Formats: sequence, C-alpha cells, structure tokens
Amino acid sequence: MATSVRATSGGSPPPAVQPSTPGTDSREQRPSGRGGLRSTLYRLDLKAVPYVFLAPFFLTFAAFGLFPLIYTGWLSLHRVELGGSAQWKGLENYTSLAGSAFFWNALANTFTIGVISTVPQLLMALGLAHLLNYKLRGRGFFRVAVLAPYATSIAAATLVFAQLFNTDYGLINTVLGWAGFEPVAWESSKWPAQIAISVIVTWRWTGYNALIYLAAMQAVPQDLYEAAALDGASRRRQFLSVTIPSIRPTILFTLIVSTIGATQLFGEPMLFGGSVGISGGSGNQFQTLSLLMYEKGWVTGALGQASAIAWVMLLLLLLIGGFQALVSHSNHRRGSGSGRVRAGRMRTKAGS
Amino acid sequence: MGLTRDTTTARAPRAGRLRPSAGRQHHAGPLTYVLLGLAALVSLFPLYWNLVAASHTGERVVKAPAPLLPGPRLFDNLSFAWNQVDMGEALVNTTVVAGLVALSTVLFSTLAGFAFAKLAFRGKGALLALVVATMTIPPQLSVIPLYQIITDLGWVDQLQSVVLPSLVAAFGVFFMRQYLIEALPVELVEAARMDGAHSMRIIWHVVFPVARPAMAVLGMLVFVQAWNDFFWPFIALTPDGNPTLQVALAGLGSGNHTVDQAVVLTGALISTLPLLLVFAVLGKHIVGGITAGAVKN
Repeated sequence: MATSVRATSGGSPPPAVQPSTPGTDSREQRPSGRGGLRSTLYRLDLKAVPYVFLAPFFLTFAAFGLFPLIYTGWLSLHRVELGGSAQWKGLENYTSLAGSAFFWNALANTFTIGVISTVPQLLMALGLAHLLNYKLRGRGFFRVAVLAPYATSIAAATLVFAQLFNTDYGLINTVLGWAGFEPVAWESSKWPAQIAISVIVTWRWTGYNALIYLAAMQAVPQDLYEAAALDGASRRRQFLSVTIPSIRPTILFTLIVSTIGATQLFGEPMLFGGSVGISGGSGNQFQTLSLLMYEKGWVTGALGQASAIAWVMLLLLLLIGGFQALVSHSNHRRGSGSGRVRAGRMRTKAGS
Repeated sequence: MGLTRDTTTARAPRAGRLRPSAGRQHHAGPLTYVLLGLAALVSLFPLYWNLVAASHTGERVVKAPAPLLPGPRLFDNLSFAWNQVDMGEALVNTTVVAGLVALSTVLFSTLAGFAFAKLAFRGKGALLALVVATMTIPPQLSVIPLYQIITDLGWVDQLQSVVLPSLVAAFGVFFMRQYLIEALPVELVEAARMDGAHSMRIIWHVVFPVARPAMAVLGMLVFVQAWNDFFWPFIALTPDGNPTLQVALAGLGSGNHTVDQAVVLTGALISTLPLLLVFAVLGKHIVGGITAGAVKN
C-alpha cells in the first residue's frame, strides 16, 4: 500500500525524512535528570499523547454519531412533534410500523432496489477490473474515464438520468424505439422505475468498485498463476479459481459497503421522482426506507415514528452484517480445505 | 535503533499497488478494447449529454428526439443560473464546506492514524475496531436529533451545521493508519524520542513529511465526498436559504415541473464541472488513492 500511494505522487521521490531534523532541533529539549519536571512532563507526554491524538475523532463521533443514535432510540419510544414535548409510547411506534402497508412497501422497495443495483454492479465491476488488468494502451485514460461518474454528485447524476429516462422525450426510449420497442413508462410504473434508479446507482459506482478490484487483482502473487498455467488451467479457469478466490476479502468488503449504501438510498429516488419524489412516486412505487423516514419526520412531523424507522434500518444493517460475517466465515473454512492451503504453501516456497 | 525492532518494514509487501508493468499481464486483444471503449462511452456519455442539454433552450431539451450536439445557449443558461438561481452563492458555500471538511479531516485523521499505527497504548485494538464499526452506521440514525439541535441553536441554513459533523471521518483515520504502518519506520519515531523530541515536534518533523502524499490523496477524496454530500445538507440547509450546490440542485429538480429543464441541467453542470476539471488534472492520483485506501485486507 505504501508503494502505491507513492507511485501515484507524480514521480517525486519517496518522502525523504531527515533524521537529523528532529535531532538537531530538539537537542535543547532533552529531559534533564530523572525525576525532574521535564522528565515527568516527558512521561506524561508519552502516556497521554495517543489519547490526545484520538480525541478529535472520538469526540466528534460521540457528539454527532453516538449521542444522536441513542437519542434517536429514545425518541422512537415516544410521540414527538417538531418543537413539541415527548410523550412515552413504549413500542407503539414499532408496532404501528409493523401494521403499516407503507412501511412494508418501503422495506420491500429498499430490498429490491438494493439487489438490482448491487448485484449487477459488482459483477460488472469484476469484469471491468479484469479488462483493465490487461496490458493496455491508454490505460490511464480508461481508468479515469470509468471513475468519472464517481466524481458526479447524486443530484447531478439523477437530474441528468431523469431526462434520459423521460417517457416522452428521453433518449433511452428513443433508442429503444429504434430497436422496435414501445416507449417504457420509466417513472410511473414500478419495476421500470426501480430499474432506472438502480441504473443511476450502478452508473455512479461500477468504475469505483472496478478500481478497487483491480488493485486487489494486481496484488495476487504471480506464482499462483504460473502454477495454475503449469497445471494446464485455461485463462478463464485461472480467473475463476485463482483470481476470484484470492480477492475474496475485497469482494466481501465491496459487498458490505454497497449494502450499507443500498440500505440508506435516498437522493436518487427522491430526485428521480421530481415533485412526488419524497413519496417515491405517486403510488409509492419506489419509496425507500430513507424516504419514508424523511416523509414521516419532515413532512408529517412525526419524529417518533421517523426515529423508529431509523432504528429499524440499524437493526437491519446489524442483521445483514451478521449474516455476511457468517457466510464469509463458513466460506473461509470451506476454502481452507483445498486451494487456500496450496496457495499458502506455494507462497512460502516462493519466499524461501 | 537496532535491527531487532524492524517489524514494520518486514511487513511491507502488500496489496494495493498498481504497477505499470506487472509481469504476468497479457496484452489486450481487440475485444478488450471494444468492451473498454464501451465502458468509457457509457461512463462519459451522461456527462457529455449534460453539457449538450445545458447549451439548448428548455423547450428544445424536452422535445423528442433529444439533442445530441451542443447548441448555442450555454452562456445564456450559465448566466441565468448564476443570476436567477444563485448558483454562484451555492458554489462559494460548497467550496468553503468541502475545503474546511477536507482540511480538518486530513489533519485529525493523520494524528489518529499515526497513534493507531505507531504508538502503544491501552485499548488500542478495541478502539480501532470501534473506529471501523462506526463506518457502518448510516447518517439516518443521527439526523433527527441533530436537526432538533440545530433548530434550537438557530443553525438551520448555517454552514457550520454541515461542517461540524464531518470534521473527521473513520475512513480517513483508517486510511492514514494503513499508510503510516508501512511508510513510517518506527526507528524514526524512536530516534526522535531519544533526542527528547516531544510529540508535537515528532508530528511536525517526522510524521507530516512522511505522510504528505497520503494526506494529499485523502484530502482529494474527502473534498470530493464533501462536495457531493447530499442527505444531511439537504436537511440542514434549504434551497432558498443558504444552500450548497447539491441542495440548490435538489431545489431545482424537485420543486416544480414548470422549471426550465435546461437551467436545471446547467445547475447540474456547474456542480459537476469543478470536480471533473480536478479529475482531468489529478485523475491518476485519485485512482491511486482509491485503490490504496480500499484494499485493506
């Protein structure tokens, strides 16, 4: 990792540190005598300084992450309106969610949009990374080009795609028309709308994930491929049984990040829906949990219910996280039986 | 500094490098170029079309077939968006917010990353795990109390309400830790300590010089993130008050359908163009930073 960041710093030599600088500068600071004030200060400095360095992060997290999280939990057990006082309601906000068709609709939409936007995205990213891993002319151009969508904001990307997906004049329906298809009502029907939203998400993140996979692929030890080639494995076979298993941790990482992103999807469906964005279309056909939470909290003014939705999202993430940890654990155990051990042995051999 | 403590450098060969000529790389065939060309086209076309749409009249943009070539109205649209919709103010606000967030995140992440990478202290493992765990908490869990607080303080539409929660990020701490573990030999820190340097001096003369390339990359990544941040700014700021670009765009895009679509897309262009220019110039470094920060296993 160190090498990579350096390699990108425009050919400048690795950051040179002159060991003499701190030495000469600080000679007068040398602690004099055991037990002196200087020495005490020096030891205090050693002891306390790690915590001082961590303080900004943990204070910020406590103030803007942990405290609000707990307070949201407290609010979810109350009936609260903006500016009003809170009334204890126990689990009523949660039970009313469980009986609400809007909630189950939003949960289902979050799940389906999450799957449609994550699975093809990561598969395409894998393929793209594989292509970028060839010896290429214009390698820099391709890498930056596929990353350009990442520089585009949710708002800008969604507003552009909302035009491209417009039913009456959008370019996508025009092209589909050339191919002989009827115009698709992208915004007003359920699955087309969810697909269009997933396309926006996929467009913004595929290149980013591809570059992450690419880095992982380039770190796969060369001898694994050589051994596989000696065994007569085709290039396709090598991809499936060397590349994919070797970058499995990275795949899991991108899967977790994408899942977290999908659970909190908000800006894309909201802006795609235009004036009916917050309700996720006129029939709530693409309202996500985040949108429902915003609607409850900021349109209806029911902060307790909105808080309950937020906590449901947290529980959902914990559940998914636990499930993913379980899957990766069992995968790991299964994998260690055969290929892993062999890979490990070969690596040691190459190293010795 | 003896050879005995040389554990950090021994661990050096690792994931995340993008070497220009890895030995096993095969030369790409024509099909690879076709597919990659397609990927580049799909990636870049919406951005190109944004420019096209921003250079036509609103009536032209919403008429089939959609325009594919730039029209004559770009500068009219730009000046309209600038003057009528006040994208100028939003641009300044966004620059201030993203700049402050990037500066403070880089500074605090470097300090914390250094502590995790090279200092010994009680509870280090647990605290690091906590840092990583915080990355999974979505902002939805905090916006309701935060909104109540900024309402009480009268901070709605004040930029500090979007800057303060983003002063430092778990991602940044982890990123700097990963970099410093390998880039900073522990002997350097120890030598400075033996010379009696106190911690601030070590930070200034040892850590910062070594960390500078990673700090630059992290700064760019955080700047892009803060520039494009949507959910919390959309709640804390209002399109007609004191918006960032994203909030102003949301106002343009969701308010009412009578708005001129060419102006909406000109707004989108104004919000995207600065970052695309940065990407065109520094793209290689950003690519390197993303790959370096993400591969962490």
